Amino acid sequence: MNEQQQSLTHGMGAGMFEGRKSTLSLSREDITIQVKDLNLFYGKDQALKNVNLQIPSKRVTAFIGPSGCGKSTLLRCFNRMNDLIDICRIEGAIELEGREIYDASVDVPELRRRVGMVFQKPNPFPKSIYENIAYGLRLQGVKSRRKLDQVVEQALRRAALWDEVKDRLGDNALGLSGGQQQRLVIARAIAIEPEVLLLDEPASALDPISTAKIEELIYELKEEYTIMIVTHNMQQAARVSDYTAYMYMGEMIEFGDTVKVFTNPSQKATEDYITGRYG
Amino acid sequence: MDKLYLDRHISGQFNKELEELRNKVMTMGGMVEEMVGNALKALEDYDSELAAAVVEADQQVNELEKDIDEHANLIIARRQPAASDLRLVISIIKTITDLERVGDEAEHIGRLVIRLTEADRPSSHYRELIGLGSHVRTMLQNALDGFARLVPETAVYLVREDKKVDQEYESILRQYYSYMVEDPRNIRRVLDAIWIARSLERIGDHAKNIGEYTIYLVEGKDMRHASPEEMESQLSEDSDGS
Repeated sequence: MNEQQQSLTHGMGAGMFEGRKSTLSLSREDITIQVKDLNLFYGKDQALKNVNLQIPSKRVTAFIGPSGCGKSTLLRCFNRMNDLIDICRIEGAIELEGREIYDASVDVPELRRRVGMVFQKPNPFPKSIYENIAYGLRLQGVKSRRKLDQVVEQALRRAALWDEVKDRLGDNALGLSGGQQQRLVIARAIAIEPEVLLLDEPASALDPISTAKIEELIYELKEEYTIMIVTHNMQQAARVSDYTAYMYMGEMIEFGDTVKVFTNPSQKATEDYITGRYG
Repeated sequence: MDKLYLDRHISGQFNKELEELRNKVMTMGGMVEEMVGNALKALEDYDSELAAAVVEADQQVNELEKDIDEHANLIIARRQPAASDLRLVISIIKTITDLERVGDEAEHIGRLVIRLTEADRPSSHYRELIGLGSHVRTMLQNALDGFARLVPETAVYLVREDKKVDQEYESILRQYYSYMVEDPRNIRRVLDAIWIARSLERIGDHAKNIGEYTIYLVEGKDMRHASPEEMESQLSEDSDGS
């Protein structure tokens, strides 16, 4: 069995069934992020309507819903990426480990270190593979070459990329394949030891094998991180997540155990969406 | 049927595939029901030709089971059904296994009837078997009807009836033991009749199973091995909630 096959079968076997017992229940989970009565406006348009949500620690929570339902907007609230949009206005509260992240005293770059983000299109820096990972640490003032070497290797190993790039760490990251670039970006995000990882359509530009590797990686990473993923691929949500949130027109329609949502959702709107019916 | 909204998928082709699958199950159910009816009629009328036709018919049921299985596999592979669509496909796969076994039991009865007709008819005319048979046949009809119309409460009725069938079966056995003790020359014939009773009792079990799959299909709840009271309270809880 070659490495690809191994990674695929492992992804399907372990990822699908372990740690995904339908006995998961939010009441027994630790909560990392708490969203309370969140409303978000782009100018006059309301993009999120009274969203209430608890994100469990060290679990994968998937956000699904049609385009424009607000799932990416919600994801961007968690590390204040929406601050970059002038007309964006937020009401309500989002607490990370019990602390309001929109409080004036919050250090936003520090918040973004704690809440890492990966986008649909891999966006490595036009630098070497090594420098991509080391960049965040250098910003933090780490100068020791030994420390940097150690973190780079560890991050690449955790992102399941080490074996593929260890002999060419000095090469430009843009020379990697799309799937490798995406894993590099994830490695870059985890090198600075965040608590939460936000993944916005992380595999939608990748081929099935790279997708399987990313999904396997997500499964591995939830040991250490709280992960939120936005995806249009419902089978992907069903495969990788412990909890699933279905959003529609800015509202949180249903949030629950993924197994329950995909076998017996409680809302008809959710059922219509995941089974491809028109409501 | 209304509650499943099978015709509401964005993909018209998917609507068609699911509808076809359901229709095939109903066809299979009709065939099996007819086999059971004919097997009983053959016993009642001592009609070995009709009994032979029942044996013959099992072939078609077996073929249809394979066909439906393949159709269901294709839907899983191509459509990755979720939620009620997934439950429909899974409950169909399970239902046809039970239907195929009902077909086997009917075939078995047919073979036994052929053998029985070679000997004299007893004075009882196997009235007790005909009675048990019509009981399980009604159960089977109701099970299929409940599955087609998506009535989960049918399962409660079926579990209760299945208990009665078990009692009827026990009492037939006691009766037959005494026949064998009365006159050992009866043993061969009575043993065949016991086999028929056994097959009929099994048909009742299969009908009950189909009722349980209907609960799963409609409510998403696994109520296998539950008592009728537990089923009732679960089902009423659900209708209270919504």
